[in-house]
Amino acid sequence: MHGSGIPIWFFIGVLLLIYGGMALGYGLYEWQTGSYPPLVELTKLHTPVWWGGVLALLGLFYVVKFRPGRAGK
Amino acid sequence: MFGLVPALHNAGSLPALLAFSTEPLAHLRALDIAVIAIYFVMVIWIGFYLKGRSNTSEEFFMAGREMTAWIAGLSFVSANLGSLELMGWAGSAYQYGILATHWYWIGAIPAMIFLGLVMMPFYYVCKTHSVPGYLDLRFGGGARSVAAFSFAIEMILMSGVNMFAMAVVMKVVLGWDISFSIFVSSIAVAIYVGLGGLRSAIFNEVLQFVLIWGGALLVPILGLIQTGGVGGLKRQIMVNMQSMTGVHSDSYFHLWRDTGSFAANPMGVHWTGIVFGLGFVISFGYWTTDFLVVQRVLAAHNLRAARMAPIIASFFKMAVPFIVILPGLLGLVLLQNPDGSRRQLVGEDVVAACTASSSGQVADSAACSAAMSKTSLPAAYQQRVLSGAPDAELHSYNQALPLMMVRYLGPGLLGLGITALIAGFMSGMAGNVSAFSTVWTYDIYKPLINKKGSDSHYVLVGRLSILIGVAVSIGAAYLVMHAHGIMDYVQALFSIFVAPLLATILFGMFWKRATKWAGFLALLLGIVFSASLFMWVKLVPSALASVALSPDAKPMAENVFRALWAFVFAAIVLVVVSLLTKPRPVAELDGLVYGATVLPKEEPVPFYRNEYAWALLVVVLFAALNMIFW
Repeated sequence: MHGSGIPIWFFIGVLLLIYGGMALGYGLYEWQTGSYPPLVELTKLHTPVWWGGVLALLGLFYVVKFRPGRAGK
Repeated sequence: MFGLVPALHNAGSLPALLAFSTEPLAHLRALDIAVIAIYFVMVIWIGFYLKGRSNTSEEFFMAGREMTAWIAGLSFVSANLGSLELMGWAGSAYQYGILATHWYWIGAIPAMIFLGLVMMPFYYVCKTHSVPGYLDLRFGGGARSVAAFSFAIEMILMSGVNMFAMAVVMKVVLGWDISFSIFVSSIAVAIYVGLGGLRSAIFNEVLQFVLIWGGALLVPILGLIQTGGVGGLKRQIMVNMQSMTGVHSDSYFHLWRDTGSFAANPMGVHWTGIVFGLGFVISFGYWTTDFLVVQRVLAAHNLRAARMAPIIASFFKMAVPFIVILPGLLGLVLLQNPDGSRRQLVGEDVVAACTASSSGQVADSAACSAAMSKTSLPAAYQQRVLSGAPDAELHSYNQALPLMMVRYLGPGLLGLGITALIAGFMSGMAGNVSAFSTVWTYDIYKPLINKKGSDSHYVLVGRLSILIGVAVSIGAAYLVMHAHGIMDYVQALFSIFVAPLLATILFGMFWKRATKWAGFLALLLGIVFSASLFMWVKLVPSALASVALSPDAKPMAENVFRALWAFVFAAIVLVVVSLLTKPRPVAELDGLVYGATVLPKEEPVPFYRNEYAWALLVVVLFAALNMIFW
C-alpha cells in the first residue's frame, strides 16, 4: 500500500509464515511417525513438508521486507 | 462475479445439493480448524487496524485513493475470483473441457487491456466515486439513478446469494450447519468492512488471492504428477471419453477448432457468440463498467497506477485456468469411487432427483432412474444408487474441485484449501457490500435524500449502509434457501443489466453527440429489452433457438447472445434518440469524452514501467496461448 501504516504485504507475510509453519510442522511429524492420513494420495511425496516450507519462507521474506517501521527505508 | 460464470447454471441449482443427504466430503481435524480460525482472527485484526485510517469519506469509500498498481491490480482480479467461480469453472472444465477457458482469456483479457489503456483515463480524470457517478456527469441524474438502483439491488442480492452459496458448500463439503455459516461469515464481513471500508475490502481481496494460490496450486501440481504430465492427462481423457460416449474425440483440448458449429463442441456454442457476445459485450460490460471491479482501480494512487492495475491483473487472469480448469480436467481421469472404479460426476438435477429418504433409499426411484438414464453412468452403478448402496454416491460437477482437494490435501493443507474457499466467498460478499455502500451513499442518498450532509455524516451513512446491507443479504440468503427458483433470477440480474450499461458508457465516452435523454433511455429501455428476452426463454424454453439463432444452441449460448442483442438494441436507441435531441456543448464534456478531453501528461518512465510495453506483452501471450490451444 502507498503511504504510511502497515503494508498489506506484512499481513500476508504473517499469515503465510503461520500457515507454512503449521503445515511444515505437521508434515515433519507425519514423516517421523509414518502415520499418514488414509484416503490422501501421494503421501510419499511429503507435500506438507516442502509446500509448508515454501509458504513459510515466502512469509518470512514478506514479514522481514515489509515489517512495520521499515517503510521508506 | 456470477455474470461471467456458467456457474450461472451450475450455481443456480446449488440448493438442490441440500436435498441430497450424504456424508460430508471432508472431515476437518483440529489443525484444519486452527487454520480457519486464524484466518478469521486476521481479517478482524485488519478491520480494527484500518478503522483509524477510514475517517473521511475519501478514505472510507475510495481507500484514500492511495493503492499501488499491484494492490489495485490484485484486488481487481481477485474481485472476480470468488469460490463459486472456482468451483463452477472447475465443474465446467469437467463437463466441457478447455472451452471453459474462454471465460478467462477472451472473456477477460481484451477488456482488461481496453479498460487500462483507453477507458481508465476518463474514469480517473473526472474523479468520480462510482460508475453511476460517471453517468451522472455525462448524462445527468436520470441515467445515474437507473444505474444506481440497478447496481444497489444487484449487489445486495448477490451478496446474499454468495452467503447462501458459501453455506451450502460448507454444508456439503464439511457438514456445517447452514445458519452457522451464514451468521459467522456475515458478522466477520460486517466487522471488517464496516470498520475499514473499501481499504479493508481490498486488503482482504489481496489476502484471498494469495490464499487461493497457496491452497489450490497443489491440486494441479500433484494431479499432473499422478497422470504423468499433460501428455498422460490427454491420453487418459481420450480413453475415458471413448468409453463414456463411444466417440474418439479430442474436442476437450481445443479452444476454437470445433466452434464452427453449435453441434460440434461439448458446450454447444458458436465462435460468433464467443467472440462478439462473450469477448465483447459480456466481457467489456463486466470488466469496464461493473462498479464492483472498477471501484478497485479507482482507488489507485495516480493515473499511471490506475492504468497499470488492469494490465497487471490480466497476467494473473491468464494464469487462473491452471488452478481452475486443470483440476476439472484432472478430475475426469483421477476421481474414484470407494470401490476404485472411475467416479463420474453428474449435474445437480440428477443429484436432486436421486434424493434419499430417511431410510437411505432413493425417495423417487422413477425420477432418479430417468435422470440417470441421461448420463453415462454405468448401468450397474445406477442400480446401486437406486438400491441405496452406502458407497454408491452421486456427486455434482461443482464438487470437482473440493473432491480433488480432499484427494491430495492432508491435515493443515486441507484447512488451507477450505480457508481459501471461505476467503473467496467472504471477499465476494465484502466486495458487493462495500460497492453497495458507495453507490447507496454517493448515488442515491446524497443526490436524492440529503444533499447537504457533512463529510462525517456521509461516512456514518456508509457504515450504517454496510450493516443494513449485510442484514438484507442475510434475508436474501434465507429467501433463496426457501424459494430456490429465486436464485436463477438474482443471478440473471447482472447479465440483464450489463449489456445496456456497456452501450451507454461506451457511446457516452467516445461519442460527443450522445445526449442526456439518449443515455437515460438507452439504459432504461435496454434493461427492459434484456429482461424481456430473459423472461421469454424462461417461460418458453424453445425460444432459446431464436435468441441464439440455432436449434443446436445450449443454455450456455443464451447469455452471450442475449447480451449481444441487448447491446445492439441499446446502441440503436442511443443513436436514434441522440440524433433527435440536442447535444451538450463540447466544452461541458471535458474530462468525460474522448476528443473533448485533454489528458494529463504522464512523466516518461523506462519501458519496464510503461503500461503500453506490458500491455503489448499481454497481447502477445494471449495470442500465443490461443494458438497453442487452438
